[in-house]
Amino acid sequence: MVLLDIRDLDLSIARGGELLPVVQGISFTVEENETLGIVGESGCGKSLTALAIMGLLEGSAVRIAGGSIHFQGRNLLALAPVERRRVMGERMAMIFQEPMTSLNPVYRIGDQIGEAILQHRRMSRKQVHERVLELLDLVRIPDPERLIDSFPHQMSGGQRQRVMIAMALACDPKLLIADEPTTALDVTVQKDVLELMHSLQTRTGMSIVLISHDLAVIAETCDKVAVMYRGRIVEHAATSALFSNMSHPYTLGLLGSIPAHDQDVEWLDAIPGRVPTLDELISGCAFHPRCFAAKDSCRTVDPVAAAVAPAHFVRCHFPQGNST
Amino acid sequence: MTRPLLEVRELRTHFSVGGRGFMRRKSVIRAVDGVSFSIHEGEVLSLVGESGCGKSTVGRTLTRLEAATAGTAMFDGRNILNLSPAEFRPLRRDIQMIFQDPFASLNPRLSIERALAEPLFIHKLVRDRWTARKRIAETLELVGMDAKSMSRYPHEFSGGQRQRIGIARVMILTPRLVIADEPVSALDVSIQAQVLNLLKKLQRDSGVSMLFVSHDLGAVRHISDRVAVMFRGKLVETGKKRQIFETPRHEYTRRLLESIPRIKGRVG
Ligand SMILES: Nc1ncnc2c1ncn2[C@@H]1O[C@H](COP(=O)(O)OP(=O)(O)OP(=O)(O)O)[C@@H](O)[C@H]1O
Ligand SMILES: Nc1ncnc2c1ncn2[C@@H]1O[C@H](COP(=O)(O)OP(=O)(O)OP(=O)(O)O)[C@@H](O)[C@H]1O
Ligand SMILES: [Mg+2]
Ligand SMILES: [Mg+2]
Repeated sequence: MVLLDIRDLDLSIARGGELLPVVQGISFTVEENETLGIVGESGCGKSLTALAIMGLLEGSAVRIAGGSIHFQGRNLLALAPVERRRVMGERMAMIFQEPMTSLNPVYRIGDQIGEAILQHRRMSRKQVHERVLELLDLVRIPDPERLIDSFPHQMSGGQRQRVMIAMALACDPKLLIADEPTTALDVTVQKDVLELMHSLQTRTGMSIVLISHDLAVIAETCDKVAVMYRGRIVEHAATSALFSNMSHPYTLGLLGSIPAHDQDVEWLDAIPGRVPTLDELISGCAFHPRCFAAKDSCRTVDPVAAAVAPAHFVRCHFPQGNST
Repeated sequence: MTRPLLEVRELRTHFSVGGRGFMRRKSVIRAVDGVSFSIHEGEVLSLVGESGCGKSTVGRTLTRLEAATAGTAMFDGRNILNLSPAEFRPLRRDIQMIFQDPFASLNPRLSIERALAEPLFIHKLVRDRWTARKRIAETLELVGMDAKSMSRYPHEFSGGQRQRIGIARVMILTPRLVIADEPVSALDVSIQAQVLNLLKKLQRDSGVSMLFVSHDLGAVRHISDRVAVMFRGKLVETGKKRQIFETPRHEYTRRLLESIPRIKGRVG
């Protein structure tokens, strides 16, 4: 069953009296018990998409300019704010990209996790304390008895990240949005955290939206993948289909720029150029200035998403995959 | 090979924390606890390991941003850990650090020209602005940037460009040892590869020695000659890159390599 259904979502940023489009016409669905991965350049709109789903854009410069977000069949954007916060608080949780800005610096972390638990359940102080320790243990925090009394600044980046994960899992969400949950962690801890999320998913049937810049993490953990560039989904497919038949030149570029740990190469195939800023106007396809396959039409005509195989969509005039 | 450029023996850096407030005991964190390694001229040694195992502290101790608790670090025949600040000052030019965060390491109020001129004047490598400007232009081109960008300010550049500027600021001093602490992890994936290629090329062309601190094992494989694996303040294994990646001996190294996520069915 479809849990989350996003259609044609447009987000804009109000800047200097203007509205700059930042996310344009994004659509995807997430089934129950399914994991969707979102990968893409820094600044392409991944976190803003997540915040839009969570209803956390109020009061910011970001506006929802169009589209719908259906969760369990109801359009969240049409709900009254109170009702919306209730749905979100009970059934969705998010692991934020920057743990330092989302943890309260003046409260001990044990109290912050306890607070998250009490928002969803009634428990005695002692039960809460035990549950907090259990959660800290679950996310492999060493020496939880000692850390439970720490303030956020007394922990390493990786430890703070794990506290955030514990807080998000405290309420058994239906939908977990994890924004770069393991980027600050080394691979051994990363593996544990990803396995933890997976085992919770198997147990509770929750759905996960995993945002990452690491294609390998996505390949290992997600059922399907959306690749974003400059506010748009440029390639979208089941994980196995995507990795066996990468079609967008940007997706291929991402793969090529990962240094391999299992072979020696002299030089990496870097994508040339740089990530465009929001206020830069690019005619045609937004990726064409950096694209090895660009031809004249790419400079003038913005491509639309088209299927290169069943359920495999690519926004490119010259898809590179093998089934075209 | 000849005598190493840097030889670190039994390095220890401990921090004491806590101690204030009711009933709070003071405790000692042994961030670096008996680490030994050496780096030869023109060699790149990578330091890898768990988050919090002490990698950055090693780098910060060698550049004297932290005080060592014990041990020696012979650089070019002198123990840099017990030199007085005045004795160490001339060596600052030889031992340079590239930081993780390209945003925090540049002063937002200084133009790129001033940011790069400052170290040149401090170390008395140039006497006048014209020579400085010429050196700056050359170095910017070396890191793949337009010499014209020297009149601009940090906020006008992207993360990858700022990291190039940070690298230029280090290379302009022609150091003998560069300590690069996670130099690409704050950068966008597509830009990481550009900067890694640049570091490798500069290192080869200039023959500078490098200590490359990272938890990205792919980047480590790309850039290093030898690898040291750190675990809870100690080195558990040091070896040639091939040996570490292909026949790891220590259990933690094996676990590290097994934990790397893999892309199955890579496109050919
Ligand atoms: N609150 C805000 N006000 C104004 N602009 C914003 C705000 N939040 C984000 N932006 C801008 O919107 C764009 C998209 O930001 P977003 O955080 O979604 O990127 P991202 O894809 O998550 O990138 P990263 O991989 O770096 O986290 C960026 O250009 C960013 O600078
Ligand atoms: N100034 C300090 N005071 C107290 N403890 C410190 C200080 N600096 C570092 N530590 C502690 O020393 C240990 C090693 O820290 P260090 O920053 O060297 O780790 P690292 O290996 O670089 O980790 P990462 O991969 O997360 O950057 C950590 O437990 C850290 O909390
Ligand atoms: Mg983000
Ligand atoms: Mg570090």
